[in-house]
Amino acid sequence: MDATILGAAAINGLLLGGSYALVAVGLTLIYGVLHIINFAHGSLLMLAMYGVYFLLTKAHVDPYAALPAMIAAMFAAGYILYRALIGRFSHGRDENILLITLGLSIVLENAALFFFKGDSLNISVAYSDRMIELGPALVPLPKLVSFLASLVLCGALALFIRRTDLGKAIRAVAKERHGARLVGIDVERVFAISYGIGIACLGAAACLLMPSFYVSPTVGHLFVIVAFTIVVLGGMGSFVGALVGALIIGLTESLSGLFLGEALGQIGISAIFILILLFRPTGLFSR
Amino acid sequence: MSRLSPGIVSPLILLGAVLLYPLVFRSNFAVNLGVLVLFLTVLGQSWNIAGGFAGQLSFGHAVFFGVGAYASSILQLKLGAQPWLGLPAAALAGALVGTLIAALSFHAGLRGSYFALITLAFAEAFRILANAVGFTGGGVGLLVPLKPGFASFQLERIGFYYLIAALAAVSVGVAIWLTRSRFGARLAAIRENEDAARALGIDTFREKVKVMALSGALAGAGGCFYAQYFLYIDPSVAFGVDKSVEMLLVAMIGGAGTVYGPLIGAFLLTLIGESTRELTEAQGLSLILYGALLILIIGFLPNGLIDLLRWRRRRA
Repeated sequence: MDATILGAAAINGLLLGGSYALVAVGLTLIYGVLHIINFAHGSLLMLAMYGVYFLLTKAHVDPYAALPAMIAAMFAAGYILYRALIGRFSHGRDENILLITLGLSIVLENAALFFFKGDSLNISVAYSDRMIELGPALVPLPKLVSFLASLVLCGALALFIRRTDLGKAIRAVAKERHGARLVGIDVERVFAISYGIGIACLGAAACLLMPSFYVSPTVGHLFVIVAFTIVVLGGMGSFVGALVGALIIGLTESLSGLFLGEALGQIGISAIFILILLFRPTGLFSR
Repeated sequence: MSRLSPGIVSPLILLGAVLLYPLVFRSNFAVNLGVLVLFLTVLGQSWNIAGGFAGQLSFGHAVFFGVGAYASSILQLKLGAQPWLGLPAAALAGALVGTLIAALSFHAGLRGSYFALITLAFAEAFRILANAVGFTGGGVGLLVPLKPGFASFQLERIGFYYLIAALAAVSVGVAIWLTRSRFGARLAAIRENEDAARALGIDTFREKVKVMALSGALAGAGGCFYAQYFLYIDPSVAFGVDKSVEMLLVAMIGGAGTVYGPLIGAFLLTLIGESTRELTEAQGLSLILYGALLILIIGFLPNGLIDLLRWRRRRA
C-alpha cells in the first residue's frame, strides 16, 4: 500500500470524524444528563439539513451565515419537543423514551419523504469545490472548515458546561438528579434545556455538513449508527470520549473502506459497535 | 369469569373467520390483502414474543426474518434442495441466529435500550454482509425463478393464504401458550423485574436466550414465506431498518405482550397502508400515521389498541 494513499485516507478519515463529532457530542450530552437514548437524533439532523437547504435556495442565506439562526432554531425545537412530547409521554420509563423517539423519527423521515420527495438534494456555494492541499491529501475546503468549526464548537460547549451556572446545574442533574432537585434546581427544565442543547448541536452540524454533503429523507440513517457507535465507544455521557471516538470512527470508516472495498468497508462501524457493546459497554475511556 | 370465557370463544371465532375469508372474498386483491395481514401477524407476533412477553426490546428483528429468507432461498437456488425444505431450514436458521445474538448480548449483560441498540447493529452488520459477499447475490439480491406448482413451493394465491394462516395460527398459539405456561410466567417475571426474577431462582439468561430462539424461528419461517410469495429478496428488504420497525410497530400498536395485539396491529397497519395508497401517490403518509400512532399509544394506551376492546376487564 502506497504511503500517500494511506496518508490521504487517514486525513480524510479524521476530517470526517470531525464532522461526526458535533452530532455525537449532542447525543452524548442528552444521554449523560437525561440517561435516555435519543433515537430521533438522525432525523432531527435531517430536518436541520433541510432547513439549511431551504435557507440557501429560498432566502439566499449562506450555510455558514445561517449557523447562529440554525443553532437557535434547533435549540427551540429540542426544548419544545422535550417539554411537549418526550417528557410528558414517557411516564419516566427508558424504553418508552426510546420508542417515542423512534416514533418521532418515523414521523419526521416520512413527513420529509411526503413533502420533499425522496431525491437527494445538494447545494452549491462558491467555495463548495475549492480544494486545499493538506499534506498528501487534497481536501475540499468545506470539509476542513467543518472539521475546525466542529472542534471549536465542541470546545465552546465544554466550556459552557464547565464554567457557567447553567452548566453547573446541568452537571448536577447529570450526576444526581434527586439531589439536584433537593437543592432547588428545576430538574425538568434542565432536562428540556439539555435536550435543546443536544439538538442545537445538530443545527450547527447541519450548517457545516451541507456545503459538502447532501440531504435526503433518510440521510439521518447514515449518522444514527455512526453517532451511537461513537458515543458508546467514548463512554455514554463523556464529552472528550465523544470527540476522540468521533475521530477514531472517522479513521476506521475511511481505512476500512480503503482495505475492504466500498461494500464490505461499511462493516467496520457495525463491528466496532457490536464489539464495544459486548466487551466494554462503558466505553474505552471509563475507569 | 363466565364459562364461555373469551379465552376459548374468541380464538375459535377468529379461526373460523380467517378460514372462511378467502372463500367469501375471492378476488385476487382481497386474498392478497388477507395474506399481507396474516404475514404481518406472524412477524409482529415474533417481535411480540420477545419484546412484549419477555420485555426484550429489539430494534433489529429483521435479522431473523432476513436470515430465514436467505437460508431458504440459498438452499433452494445454490444447493438445489427441495423448496419445501426451506421452511424448516428458515425457522432453524432464525432460531440459531436468535440464540447466537441473545447468548452474546445477554452474556455481556446488555439490557433495555442497550439490547435494542445491539440488535440494530447486528441487523445492519448482516445487511452489509449480504450486500458484500457473493453467495447471497450481493446488492442485486436473489430471484427465485417462476415455476408454479406445489412441488416447487409456488402455490396458488389461496394456497399461500392457508399456509400463512397456519403460520399465523402457530404464532398465536405460541402466544396463548406463553400466557398459560410456567415458561411464560418466568418471562413475565423477567419483563417486570429482572433482578427480582433472578432472586426467585429463575435462570434469566437461559430463559431469555430460549425466547429469542423461539422468536427468531417464527420470524425465520416468515422470511421463507416472503421469499416464496414474492420470489425475490435483497439485503435491504431482508435486513433493513424498515422491516425491523414494521415488526415492532405491528406489535406495539396492536398491544405488546397480548395474544391478539399483533393481529390487530397487522390488520390496522395493512388497512392504513392500503387506504393511504388510494388517497395519494406521494409516499410516506402511512408511516407518518404509524409513527404518530406509536407515540400516542405509548402516551395514552400502554397496552396497545387492544385495550380499547377490553371493555369487560376495565375497572368501573
